[in-house]
Amino acid sequence: MSTAKVAKQTATGLTGNSAVAYAMMQINPDVCGAYPITPSTTVIEEFSSYVADGRVDTGLITVESEHSAMSACIGAASAGARAMSATSSQGLALMWEMLYIASGMRLPIVLCDVNRALSAPINIHCDHSDTMGARDSGWIQLYSETVQEAYDNMIQAVRIAEDKRVQLPIMVCLDGFITSHSIENIELLDDESVQDFVGEYKPERSLLDVDNPLTLGATALQDSYMPLKHQQSNAMKASKEVVIEIGKEFGEVSGRSYGLLEEYDLDDAEVAIVVLSSSAGTVKDAVDKLRAEGKKVGVLRPRLFRPFPHKEIAKALSGKKAVCVLDRADSMDGFGGPLFKDIRAALYADDNRPKIIGRVFGLGGADFNVDNALDVIGETIKLAAGEDVELFRYIGEGQNAQTIAGC
Amino acid sequence: MATLKELAAKEELFTGGHRLCAGCGIPPIVRLILKSTDARIVATTATGCLEVASSIYPYSAWKVPWMHSAFENAAATISGVQTAYEVLKKQDRLPGGDKEIKFVAFGGDGGTYDIGFQALSGALERGHNFLYVCYDNGAYMNTGIQRSSASPQWGNTTTSPAGAVIPGKVQWRKDLTRIVAAHNVPYAAQASPHNWRDLHKKAEKALAINGPTFLNVVSACPLGWYTKGQDSDAHVKYAVETCYWPLYEIEEGVLKVNYKPKNKMPIADWFKMQGRFKHLFKDDEGAAKLVQIQERVDMEWQRLLDLDGMRL
Repeated sequence: MSTAKVAKQTATGLTGNSAVAYAMMQINPDVCGAYPITPSTTVIEEFSSYVADGRVDTGLITVESEHSAMSACIGAASAGARAMSATSSQGLALMWEMLYIASGMRLPIVLCDVNRALSAPINIHCDHSDTMGARDSGWIQLYSETVQEAYDNMIQAVRIAEDKRVQLPIMVCLDGFITSHSIENIELLDDESVQDFVGEYKPERSLLDVDNPLTLGATALQDSYMPLKHQQSNAMKASKEVVIEIGKEFGEVSGRSYGLLEEYDLDDAEVAIVVLSSSAGTVKDAVDKLRAEGKKVGVLRPRLFRPFPHKEIAKALSGKKAVCVLDRADSMDGFGGPLFKDIRAALYADDNRPKIIGRVFGLGGADFNVDNALDVIGETIKLAAGEDVELFRYIGEGQNAQTIAGC
Repeated sequence: MATLKELAAKEELFTGGHRLCAGCGIPPIVRLILKSTDARIVATTATGCLEVASSIYPYSAWKVPWMHSAFENAAATISGVQTAYEVLKKQDRLPGGDKEIKFVAFGGDGGTYDIGFQALSGALERGHNFLYVCYDNGAYMNTGIQRSSASPQWGNTTTSPAGAVIPGKVQWRKDLTRIVAAHNVPYAAQASPHNWRDLHKKAEKALAINGPTFLNVVSACPLGWYTKGQDSDAHVKYAVETCYWPLYEIEEGVLKVNYKPKNKMPIADWFKMQGRFKHLFKDDEGAAKLVQIQERVDMEWQRLLDLDGMRL
């Protein structure tokens, strides 16, 4: 939309959670059903203050579980309200049943997930096991590298989910503690620009339309379940273009455009690392060091993971000599992380497909630093040179790795 | 309160053509409750017989806006719907303009006493303005008569079968009405569809109250009780006449017993008409269990009478 007005912006420093809560305040959703869980808690705490201070019109439902949080969002969205929530880890796991119902009922709910490991062992720190477990739930998933991107994604998410071609729920992911609790520089749009961008929600249907009564969440048997799922699948496919459109339009308002993928020094790279979210920054630092030594290495950071931009990823990686996919989650199937397998599958039909390996890193907040990134790139360079490198394994397991049997 | 003639003349908001069994207790309960207010109604239903049998795409038995999302969350779902209503109403954004809407959630005993208990408790505590109706037929009938915490002691179900060593469901049933009342909700009551006047009055009262209200309604299930469909009305009447299912209400904390049978029907007289208890009529062990059940029913009935008119 070329008519977009450029927003006034304020530079400040905020944590990821504060930025997400601020975006929610500016969006002013009709209903928020939420239950606190580390590390997403402060999103809802800060939003509760916005409610208590009358800065939003939102009906905040402080439910007794995440299952009820998503159930309340589903009820509210069915009633034609703009509904949002935030959660992490076990909270998302408890919502699991309702995630499929939100997408199957085609409800444009926005959920912020602050990524955290799943129990057991219980662990409050970052990995992507929670949202990766929801990767087939029919939710659009955006992964944010920075505080700025988390904030920007929240605002775009509303438009993507509510687009008539989409009508699907969307998850905005940011890394627990690393992004959620670190203060970064951020540019905030003015309230009016956010309101203009998200617009007034005009649902196509509402349970509250008592003169035109709807039956929602009906039973669909063998004759109709599959076509309804087919519609849902088509909407998921169609959402990719909408993510691109909204990312461009957001750029016109904010000066920050977003696409499906971020490519960093990738064009002429012979070796590429694929990684989601905040760890991309670490890998970029390593790439800078190696570029200074004349090594042709680069980074591909998918921002959109669901729907999976398989064509765009294949195009970006085609012709590279070797690729390493870093997963902050393990599928626990002896074959690697989910991102690794999806990317490997995306490259299968490419005549110039690179050699490809997968590494699982950073589970439960295990440190991933520039040295770890350099090691991974070094190994991928060896793979490119024709050396025999293991297809899949764990890296950077933490200080106690030596004392725990089998690691 | 409307007469039966006036009620019959009111539009049916839950229509025929649904797939509930002949003799099922649920449809008369739902029809009567939907006729118990002049305001508009929006309903949610937990997964179960009522939901499955009333909404098979592309048909619907519901003439009011209705939604189902899952088994354990009818109360949480309606929390969201009702909150959306309040927010949109305040901003004059309701479709079709400002109208008074009453919110009703329906669930069976499985979706209410058991899997949906947490969501129900949460919604009651938060004080949403809605009526929750439990149709209690004493087992998970939709999935084939598995025991619930509402199943009668020593009754036969498919997961508490009357076996050679364990003769049916071991535990006594959960007293959900009292548990709901312990949330200090403005109104909670037990009712039976055979006494339509009592049920209608209670539904009218509950729907007129601003705040969370609860109706626990006994519902006959010919399939799970091993009874004849045409006898369903008699069976729920016997549930009340035996004092197994007392009709009472707790309004603003004050308990009132609504019906006191002149001659209490012995529990064995009702149980022997139902296949789910037939194993109790075979031997002395069964007879002893029936005596124990009678004692417990008597004790609970006396306890209720002792509380009649009291502020809890």
